[in-house]
Amino acid sequence: MSKINLYKFASPATFYGLAGQMIPGFAALSALLFAIGLYISFFVAPTDAQQGEAYRIIFIHVPAAWMSMFIYVVMAVYAGVGLAFNTRLSAMMAQALAPTGALFAFIALFTGSFWGKPMWGTWWVWDARLTSQLILFFLYIGFISLQAAIDDPRRSDRAGALIALVGVINVPIIYFSVKWWNTLHQGASISFTKAPSMAHTMLAGMLIMAVACWTYTIAVALFRVRLIILERERHATWVSELLEEVK
Amino acid sequence: MNWGSFSAFLHMGGYAFYVWSSFGLSFLLLALELLLLSGRRRTLLKRLGQIQRLNASRGSK
Repeated sequence: MSKINLYKFASPATFYGLAGQMIPGFAALSALLFAIGLYISFFVAPTDAQQGEAYRIIFIHVPAAWMSMFIYVVMAVYAGVGLAFNTRLSAMMAQALAPTGALFAFIALFTGSFWGKPMWGTWWVWDARLTSQLILFFLYIGFISLQAAIDDPRRSDRAGALIALVGVINVPIIYFSVKWWNTLHQGASISFTKAPSMAHTMLAGMLIMAVACWTYTIAVALFRVRLIILERERHATWVSELLEEVK
Repeated sequence: MNWGSFSAFLHMGGYAFYVWSSFGLSFLLLALELLLLSGRRRTLLKRLGQIQRLNASRGSK
């Protein structure tokens, strides 16, 4: 029974409607969480003893960096499923996630720069953490441009999936880079093995900002996947019927 | 509450440039993504609508 339903939602025509219903909820939740997260970031979390007010960049920097890695893994899983089972929708989901992932990778890079300048005295160093994060950004750009360069959607999906899957190796490298190599970058803000070393309000602010970024990403990716579905299925009858309704 | 006054809030303990650039540019980019997406949707619907009208007028002849 559940199998039948899954197949039903894997059809682009059904998913188009479902995604449309889910977008407003995620968008509203994201706006609310961003408001709460920013309030905590600036008005509740105390001043840092070592870094003064400059540390507040953490509330956008760390969630963006997490998102850029999470989105890449999710994108690679979708691309891999699309490659293995030839499901059209998963390849479209991978394509819908890539620009937002690239955006968060870019945000992580430049907020890091704006944090590094006052704290380390430099905008950029070629160390393991920063370089591997830059490579992640280039992997996104590579994925997007490769898909855009190939006209045949099936071939472009396969080529994109290849780059996405090969690039996944970079994600653990980013995550563990601060342990494996000497670096200016501080260690992980939150560890799975140790109790958090930061104030509870700082932690809460960071987590709420992270969930806000997640809900933002879900809403935006669903919005984008609907456009991709329309573009690719434009010859299908359900799309013409839908366009009749819009008119 | 961390800030004695609104100007102290804007001043960010001397790190105003770095903190406000980071947050400002980040949210500007997110807003830009939303703007580009809604523009893409408008053009797409317009184009698909044109194709459909074209097909309909061909079919009726």
